[in-house]
Amino acid sequence: MLSKAVLAHRSRVLAAVALGGALGSTLRYGVSLALPHADGGAVWPTLTVNVLGCFVIGAFTVLLAETERHHLLRPFLGVGVLGGFTTFSGYLADAGGLLATGQPLYAALYLLLTVLLALPAVVCGAALAGGLLTRSRRAPGTATGGEP
Amino acid sequence: MTTLLLVALGGAAGAVLRYGIDRGLRRARGSAFPWGTFTVNVVGSFLLALLVGGAATFDGLGSSGSRALLVVGLCGALTTFSTFGQDTVRLYTSGAPSHAVRYVLVTVLGGIAAAALGFGSAAALAYL
Repeated sequence: MLSKAVLAHRSRVLAAVALGGALGSTLRYGVSLALPHADGGAVWPTLTVNVLGCFVIGAFTVLLAETERHHLLRPFLGVGVLGGFTTFSGYLADAGGLLATGQPLYAALYLLLTVLLALPAVVCGAALAGGLLTRSRRAPGTATGGEP
Repeated sequence: MTTLLLVALGGAAGAVLRYGIDRGLRRARGSAFPWGTFTVNVVGSFLLALLVGGAATFDGLGSSGSRALLVVGLCGALTTFSTFGQDTVRLYTSGAPSHAVRYVLVTVLGGIAAAALGFGSAAALAYL
């Protein structure tokens, strides 16, 4: 039997994941409406959310590891918002769309390009967050979680 | 507005499913290979292809509402690129660059195979 406290904790985590997923998916949908996606340009929205989401998760993971944060921040922002914002099925669907319209070369290029942009984006996000943390530690008082 | 709500609803369900599958598989396997993220990405790619392929045959699936709920929301949020990228970089920097390359290849090729299977299944169902 699970204790009441464990059950309450788990339901809070699930609620944070659900809320984040709803928010991230809605943001992704918003990007797909905002960016040109008609006739052949269909891949830009998904490319944008995936690269941007990778940048943010790289930064977020460093910040989370180095600082004290609320225990629901990771389920909400990492699992929910960023997981819902980025999409792997949409990435393959875009490549499938290019293939279906007789552009197999662009499909292959798109598959490769997303990976080649998204992976360095994780590293850049982590480096930026690491740099900001170092700077904020060198200048106490300006840090968000600095010494009293 | 309705479309936005359907995307949000599907996205919430997809994220919770992804979290549950990831937790379940992480406990079961306990290896460095991200089985949870791999599974949701492959299953989500299969499901998306099945839905998109099925939309040609089954009118209900082709409506903009079910597309917003199931394709954009559910499949979009069930799968993830951010955790995939994060795990790949983690594998690379933890001293196993070949594991990182293998993870990317296995996920992308597995996802493509799953999507092809999804389309095939939709076409087969259309004959039933």
